[in-house]
Amino acid sequence: MTELGTRPATVPDAGALAGLRVVEMGFAAAGPLVGKYLANFGAEVIRLESRIAADVFRSTYPPFKNGVVDADHAGMFAFYNDGKMSASLNLKHPNGKALARALIAQADVFVESFTPGTVARLGLDAASLREESPGLIILSSCNQGQTGPHAFHPGYGSQLTALAGFVQLLGDPDSTPVLLYGPYIDYIAVGYGAIAVLAALERRKRTGAGCVIDLSQYEAGLQFLTPSILEFAATGRIPQRNGNADPVASPHGVYRCAGPDRWVALSAWNDAERRTLRYAIDAEGPDLDASVSAWTAMRPRDDVVATFRAAGVRVAPVLSISELFADPQLAHRGMWPRVTHPAIGPMRLMAPPFRLSATPSRQERPGPVFGADNDHVFGELLGLTGEERRSLARDGVFD
Amino acid sequence: MVSPTLLGGCRVLDLADLSGAVCGRILADLGADVVKIEPPGGEADRLRPPYLADSWGGTENLERSIPWIAANVNKRGITLDLGSPEGRTLFERLAATARIIVESSPPGRFRALGLEDALAGAIVVSITPYGQDGPLADVQGSDLEVTAASGSLWLAGEVGRAPVRTTQPQSPYWSGMYGAMGALVALQAGPAQRVDVSAQAAMTTVHPPAPVWWDIAGEDHGRTGPFLLGRSVVGSRFRNLWACADGFVSFAIQGGPIGRHTGRMLTEWMAERGAVPPVLAAIDWSAFDNTTLTQTVVDALEAAIAPFLRTLTKSEFYAAVVKRKMLGYPVGDASDALTDPQLAARDFWRTISPVEGLPPLAFPGGFALFDGERPEVTRSAPRPGQHNAEIYGELGVGPADLARLHEAGTV
Repeated sequence: MTELGTRPATVPDAGALAGLRVVEMGFAAAGPLVGKYLANFGAEVIRLESRIAADVFRSTYPPFKNGVVDADHAGMFAFYNDGKMSASLNLKHPNGKALARALIAQADVFVESFTPGTVARLGLDAASLREESPGLIILSSCNQGQTGPHAFHPGYGSQLTALAGFVQLLGDPDSTPVLLYGPYIDYIAVGYGAIAVLAALERRKRTGAGCVIDLSQYEAGLQFLTPSILEFAATGRIPQRNGNADPVASPHGVYRCAGPDRWVALSAWNDAERRTLRYAIDAEGPDLDASVSAWTAMRPRDDVVATFRAAGVRVAPVLSISELFADPQLAHRGMWPRVTHPAIGPMRLMAPPFRLSATPSRQERPGPVFGADNDHVFGELLGLTGEERRSLARDGVFD
Repeated sequence: MVSPTLLGGCRVLDLADLSGAVCGRILADLGADVVKIEPPGGEADRLRPPYLADSWGGTENLERSIPWIAANVNKRGITLDLGSPEGRTLFERLAATARIIVESSPPGRFRALGLEDALAGAIVVSITPYGQDGPLADVQGSDLEVTAASGSLWLAGEVGRAPVRTTQPQSPYWSGMYGAMGALVALQAGPAQRVDVSAQAAMTTVHPPAPVWWDIAGEDHGRTGPFLLGRSVVGSRFRNLWACADGFVSFAIQGGPIGRHTGRMLTEWMAERGAVPPVLAAIDWSAFDNTTLTQTVVDALEAAIAPFLRTLTKSEFYAAVVKRKMLGYPVGDASDALTDPQLAARDFWRTISPVEGLPPLAFPGGFALFDGERPEVTRSAPRPGQHNAEIYGELGVGPADLARLHEAGTV
């Protein structure tokens, strides 16, 4: 473990978290993206993984580059795990467990996102790890927390997003709700997970003590619904989905433009903004919403956006996913760093959505190929000789 | 608060409106001393509806905005006119006490006010629609526009109809959360610097599978209503939201060990309650692979499952899937969360007055357990200037000076 308060001197551009070592075991998005953000700011993040219990993002979740379904062509893994090292380790093997413990003993942070009880069964329970390393910070992230009657109920992010109440608030009133694309709640848990680790590091600077963090992805998600929960608690009204309507702004909506599936989003928040909008389209009738619809429907989206922005109307194009890569503002912020992956080839990563002026994020490596850093991790960090490593490999310790 | 507090001793000045107030809220939950600074009389976002109901003595009123209260409990609050010379001097003195300053003003405003130097010693989290520089830096945007510009809106809604946003605005929460993450990364690094949060960029991070599909496979995903894409190698979509007797449930035909178990359990459950449709009875779940099913097959399976789910209430469904260890949840709402036995068992809720003097309300408690302790929600949302005497007093501004500053409209 890095000595407290005396992180080794680092070159200035090594990143805000240079010198921090993280060992990570998990799968899919909710755990591993925490490690990704830490790695983006310079932490050394070692992903321990096994072919025997492979991450679903390595094994089953498409897309795979050119349809080649193997661990190293998995797009999701390469995208979600950039900047990390991969060390392969079979934790069901007694030697595997010992190596994992030795590695965690050298780390500042251990992140895991398995079902509650899994890492303890693998011999990596929090209590004994903390006993060995009092300064260790352990983040356990799972669906509904480590305790409680639903702790062991299986689940995944997109369905947990529904349970928490997000889906209920999405769609037109009095119709079937629609999905929030992907495992929305996972990314909330990722943000709070990283915040929890960083806050625990801050406390460790003062006290020297580590921390065991029990993060329920469900509870993290509910933070984002605080106003809806308070509204129900205070009024007895259950907040309902309401299309694109807003209680203050009007118009406030998404308007069809000329061409297939082209839309703009716009809003007016007071009479002055409504006058600006009226003036921009020479609206005459009393129904401003209908005037806007009629006006946008005849014009190309980007012309609508340019006209409205020039007039001072709040407006944005509804960008498709492919368009995000060409958006000049996101490009200006370096949102999609280009890298070359050994198996996938050229690909894009996702930058953190905040930029630090003095210690910016760096993204030069996509998610590692399976076991890419075994020599470094088991040789240099744990000091195993080549012969020892070959012998362990023959025993299946690195499977 | 977790003891010893995680961010104890860290002073935060929070000048952000509702587009960024969640950042300070998170830091306050973690034990930072967060001081909300508003213009005299209170900031405009205090009038953001919905309000606590009339029975609470609240109509449209600076102390009754639910979104404002949600984002500002656990903070102290003062007022200050940054437009006045004396106000700027007071701000400089306050800023000298802060490690972190959070703000959401249009890029360049602090420079225009001559306060750039006052910020120079702190980590300054700036939360704006599009970021501090770049072609859109000066463009205004509310939740709807930044969600549109992020691709998130594109992905939500029915095919052929207008994209929709989540009715409770989400971008303030994402921006605030990333602001807090950025502040804490910067705190690890040490030196004063700017954390430049873009709400557009924040909302771009909430749907990563879609960019991967475009980048790796050239597929541009769009709206799919209640269906889930991205689990099939032949492009099939799977229903994920189903009508039940008293609402909706989240359920899907899936593969993998747990998905196959779920399918097997479903047919057992259907058999107990009546009959298993032949199309389901014919499946060998031990070899079931959902990723290669054609849409025709998926549609037939879903047509066989839908009538069964329509007979169940949300609570019947949830009890059964928990008992059988199946994947699936009811589609919850605010009332379901407050009665959830899992949250009760983990002592999730915290009951405090939203504003001093009002009856208590249940708030979501801290977002994680730290060594078994949950960060507390202890402090009601401040009234405009509620802590002026206390905080200006710490700076050596006595009651007489404060009265004069109040008279002058500075606080």
